[in-house]
Amino acid sequence: MSALRIDANGLHYRELNARLREVVTDARVTHIDLDNVYGQRYLGTDLHRAVQIDIHGTPGNDLAAFMDGPRIIVHGNAQDGCGNTMNGGEIIIHGSAGDVTGHSMRGGKIWVRDNVGYRVGIHMKEYLETHPTIVIGGTAQHFLGEYMAGGVLVVMGLNLAPGERHIANFVGTGMHGGKMYLRGEVDDYQLGKGVGRVPLDDADHILLHTLATEYAALFGVDVQTIFSQPFVKLAPLSLRPYGRLYAY
Amino acid sequence: MLTPEFRVERDRERCIACQVCVRQCANDVHVYDTDDDWVSSDEAACVGCHRCMTLCPTHALTIRRTPRDFRANANWSADRINGIYKQAETGGILLTGMGCDQPYPIYFDHLLLNASQVTNPSIDPLREPMELRTYIGRKPDRVEVTLGANGVELQTQIGPQLKLETPIMFSAMSYGSISYNACQSLARAAEASGILYNTGEGGLHPSLYQYGPYTIAQVASGRFGVHSEYLKTAAALEIKIGQGAKPGIGGHLPGEKVTAEISATRMIPEGTDALSPAPHHDIYSIEDLRQLIFALKEATDYQKPVGVKVAAVHHIVPIASGIARAGADYIAVDGLRGGTGAAPTVIRNNVGIPIELAIAAIDSRLREEGIRNQISLIAAGSIRNSGDVVKIIALGADAVYIGTAALVALGCHLCQKCYTGKCNWGIATQDPYLTKRLNPNLGYLRLNNLIRAWSMEIKEMLGGMGINAIESLRGNRDHLRGVGLNATELDALGVKVAGWA
Repeated sequence: MSALRIDANGLHYRELNARLREVVTDARVTHIDLDNVYGQRYLGTDLHRAVQIDIHGTPGNDLAAFMDGPRIIVHGNAQDGCGNTMNGGEIIIHGSAGDVTGHSMRGGKIWVRDNVGYRVGIHMKEYLETHPTIVIGGTAQHFLGEYMAGGVLVVMGLNLAPGERHIANFVGTGMHGGKMYLRGEVDDYQLGKGVGRVPLDDADHILLHTLATEYAALFGVDVQTIFSQPFVKLAPLSLRPYGRLYAY
Repeated sequence: MLTPEFRVERDRERCIACQVCVRQCANDVHVYDTDDDWVSSDEAACVGCHRCMTLCPTHALTIRRTPRDFRANANWSADRINGIYKQAETGGILLTGMGCDQPYPIYFDHLLLNASQVTNPSIDPLREPMELRTYIGRKPDRVEVTLGANGVELQTQIGPQLKLETPIMFSAMSYGSISYNACQSLARAAEASGILYNTGEGGLHPSLYQYGPYTIAQVASGRFGVHSEYLKTAAALEIKIGQGAKPGIGGHLPGEKVTAEISATRMIPEGTDALSPAPHHDIYSIEDLRQLIFALKEATDYQKPVGVKVAAVHHIVPIASGIARAGADYIAVDGLRGGTGAAPTVIRNNVGIPIELAIAAIDSRLREEGIRNQISLIAAGSIRNSGDVVKIIALGADAVYIGTAALVALGCHLCQKCYTGKCNWGIATQDPYLTKRLNPNLGYLRLNNLIRAWSMEIKEMLGGMGINAIESLRGNRDHLRGVGLNATELDALGVKVAGWA
């Protein structure tokens, strides 16, 4: 036994998650297909090992919140709070994801084929060998990467028309760590305070090439298309954005 | 334009130039002159922490507040004038530490407790059992039991509860705001006293995992140190929305305080600012709060209570009702006078409402709505002695959080300079030279003593009222009377004026 199908139809998230917890206790289970998922929340939250879960349907909010280990593939869109405070593992979304995707994410990877909502990648942080990564094929709404403290956030704008700018404003406000890469046009007024453009170095090119290749393989896109336009790198101008606030 | 706040008076007949004061002062107030074998003091940097005075072996030192030479002015106090001087120089926000020190009414000091006389017997706790044990968590609406072969069996499923041997816990104080030795003292005292302490929002040092069953782990807006081990280790999880000293604003642990050890606990790189945003960016409504509460419950398989800590603000009553309905197991409310390691002075001194009024109003409202049993209510924000504990429980709390009182037990002298990181008492500092002054082997005993002493006093007060269980005191406002309060205040507290039967 390695693959397993669960029909989520009519199951409350609590029942569905209890069922998932139960089935992953069997170490032989490496792959679970969830059919008929209709908005059940917190899928993948409390599983703690590298099991692959294919979600057919639409998972609810806080998909993979606090997740540590599983690989989740969503064959459709994800809702808000996907990857909230996620620790490790992977989420692959064949569609779009909602607001606060990857909020306070600490490790693991999130791949979104299309677009994401507001406040994505807020307060992502890294520590030692854990570097969270979010790669978005389309574009993002406002407050992208706000308070970002670590990790990598890539927004490729593959669905933007030639000359069309990204729509997000307040990109990286309060950013004090990590790296953000935007492919396509972004104006200075769209950037938050404390964030600036920095030239890409060799390490950036290698990282982007690795991520783009993986994205291309996951979603069946030609890598050459991705590199048909240059990337802009955004980084914090200071590790201490609020350093001169106080009278001591 | 600033003049020294304190004056160091050195009795030259007593001073033996032993330099204890020189070594003890992290603010470098005292200076030893080798040539003259003479210790002198520059008061400009003195914060009035009394460390030197306390440790001076010959009692040669006295620290006094400097008499202000400003012309007397009831409106323009010295603090206000000096605040302007400081801001005119720096252009910065004034910072402070500890709780609000302004002379707002302290309702505890206008409430008096009842005792039995003649018509009902008081109880002697030294002779008769007295129950202080308190369970924190959601209680069912009704309890169903069946009579089986093994006697009465509970049929109702009761959610996870925290068991406290006395209705007191240590309030959230992060490793970062206080030293590791202070954290360890709190953790060990919680274990020894059968209560819980709270990690604050800075994560949990791995060496403190062993105190997990006595640990409440916070999940705050910065989500520092929140990972699966952390969630698994703690006995309960607490979503921190706000704190009494600084409602509505976030926190900044400056990069220079993010040392190697702090960085490991918060799980951020050394030397970067640790910014806690003002709101949780995934919580903009009660529904969102519910979502995070249940995310945490799912992440811990419904095994642990999930609480919510909020500051007492104007609309605390409907907020508390919303938190109960959002599925939280407890709500911790932190009042106007709640402490902090660092807060803008203007926020600390002007934002929020006193805990006494907040608890009375929340308890009344939850009772009216018939949902009081669904949530435990923890009061925080300057519980100064066991009398305050008894009064706030009579006003409707289940238990209290103490922060400042616990730090005072560890030696804090309330100088309000926690934010400088130069705490001479080894509490609010990460400087190894200073932190070693707080010996956790003694610190935990002092805290344990405090909890023991207060618990005995609470039993004495309960016994005096003729009550033998803390349960019977909760929300029992008939055991309170007000003095020096107007009709509206009495009404808000739900308390009769002293003299009324």
